[in-house]
Amino acid sequence: MTNVNPIIYLDHAATTPMHPQVVEKMAQVMANTYGNASSVYSVGREAKALLEASRESVAKSLNCLPNEVYFTGCGSEADNWAVKGYAMANRKKGNHIITTKIEHHAILHPCEFLEKNGFEVTYLPVDETGLVSLEDVKNAIKDTTILISVMYANNEVGTIEPIAEIAKIAKEKGICMHTDAVQAVGAEAIDFKALGVDMLSLSAHKFGGPKGVGALLVRKGVKLEPFMHGGAQERSRRAGTENLAGIAGLATALEISVENLSEKQAKIKAMRDYLISEIEANIPHIKFNGNREHRLANNVNFCFRYIEGESLLLMLDINGICASSGSACTSGSLDPSHVLLALGLPHEIAHGSLRLTLSSKTTREEIDYTVSKLKEIVHRLRLMSPIYDMSLEEN
Amino acid sequence: MYTEKVMDHFTNPRNVGELEGADGVGQVGNAKCGDIMKISLKVENDVIVDAKFKTFGCGAAVATSSMATEMIIGKTLDEALAVTNQAVVEALEGLPPAKIHCSVLAEEAIKAAIQDYYVKTGREIPGGGCTGCCGSCGHDHGCETEEE
Ligand SMILES: Cc1ncc(COP(=O)(O)O)c(C=O)c1O
Repeated sequence: MTNVNPIIYLDHAATTPMHPQVVEKMAQVMANTYGNASSVYSVGREAKALLEASRESVAKSLNCLPNEVYFTGCGSEADNWAVKGYAMANRKKGNHIITTKIEHHAILHPCEFLEKNGFEVTYLPVDETGLVSLEDVKNAIKDTTILISVMYANNEVGTIEPIAEIAKIAKEKGICMHTDAVQAVGAEAIDFKALGVDMLSLSAHKFGGPKGVGALLVRKGVKLEPFMHGGAQERSRRAGTENLAGIAGLATALEISVENLSEKQAKIKAMRDYLISEIEANIPHIKFNGNREHRLANNVNFCFRYIEGESLLLMLDINGICASSGSACTSGSLDPSHVLLALGLPHEIAHGSLRLTLSSKTTREEIDYTVSKLKEIVHRLRLMSPIYDMSLEEN
Repeated sequence: MYTEKVMDHFTNPRNVGELEGADGVGQVGNAKCGDIMKISLKVENDVIVDAKFKTFGCGAAVATSSMATEMIIGKTLDEALAVTNQAVVEALEGLPPAKIHCSVLAEEAIKAAIQDYYVKTGREIPGGGCTGCCGSCGHDHGCETEEE
């Protein structure tokens, strides 16, 4: 299908366009800094210097020590490493892990893998807004608990979890605490030290950096089995010749993201709230998903009753609007998203979910256009829907 | 991921709606699984003279319903009963593997509508038809009489 409309990109939780300055930086590095950071000669030393400068930059952006930053191949790798690497290195201490039902699959699937290999995992429930309760965390802790992993912010419904409070509970009990902050880094002010977690995952492509590079912050003293075995890179904890351009890109993108963060956040938040109120004012039979207060500044998520999410996405796409859904057809399984189900939504409503995630560049005009198209499309799909008829008959 | 033909039937679905005083109506699927198809028929002298659909579901579900109604209009009941999900897929120039079940649903919707016609007209269903109540097609036409 040829698309005549200009693209309105409202899927920044899936990935973000790269910042032009990041592209420029990476092009420079790829063209000029070709050395292997492990080599002793000048070209290698130059690469090493850039690698360490990038590490220092990330440390400064997130308030941790440079040697607490470990670059990885993506956010998923950072998550896998944190969970499996910690479990393997500390299995003598215990075999119990606590996480939540709404984690990304990069946490859930490693946990399931560990369950098949002698570990026990508790998946905490969340309330109808997606929040984990501190009481539940406390009650789940056993003598054998070695690790708690709770995401900083949920990628589908945008709920921000009480990470500092959970980290405090973990610390009191001497349990290691990891947070998947892939959706939060670059979007929320994050101070690794103050947050009190032991490990934190991030991914460059969620904040204007390149795809295929991430990092795991690991507090000094945390015992962690390497995930990628091999050479002595990343202080012998993550083998593989460093993706220098990607790492420099990650560091640059993070510097840009944390600059004037609170102003940018306020701007996005205002736009988000405008979008939420316009949808609520213009479209009936909807359900707001997530938490209105503890919420990522750029996330809007609604279910539109009586229609199915993939149809909605296809129609939006025809109008140049990029969005995402947690319906079964888009999740690639028979069930709608595990996150929406964990929030207690019945299947038939969860199938009709729509996630719109903004950036600081999203304009009011784009939002007005999106809402007007959304209204038309939802109406059209409902007229086609046999369950919409049935609901009208019931009322 | 969808062929042009699928997108054409999704964006310009044929025969959307419901027939007033339909001779046969079939509804299959369920909201829990994310797709429901309802097909209604007008039958004259054992020929389907009109068909309409309503669908709750993904792009493939809408496109297969649209194509299915197009394929059965003008056919005799026997010919329509012989329309397979594979024929619907071929007419759409293919479906992604994960969406084949939508075409199965379309075939079931046609069969359910024709069966309803036979039940309403008090005629015997060729081949015995589906007995209802098995739950496999997600609708309960066989159970309705009991509830009433
Ligand atoms: C919360 C969360 N964790 C992990 C990931 C995986 O990151 P990556 O795509 O870099 O592997 C994502 C992104 O898809 C995410 O949203």
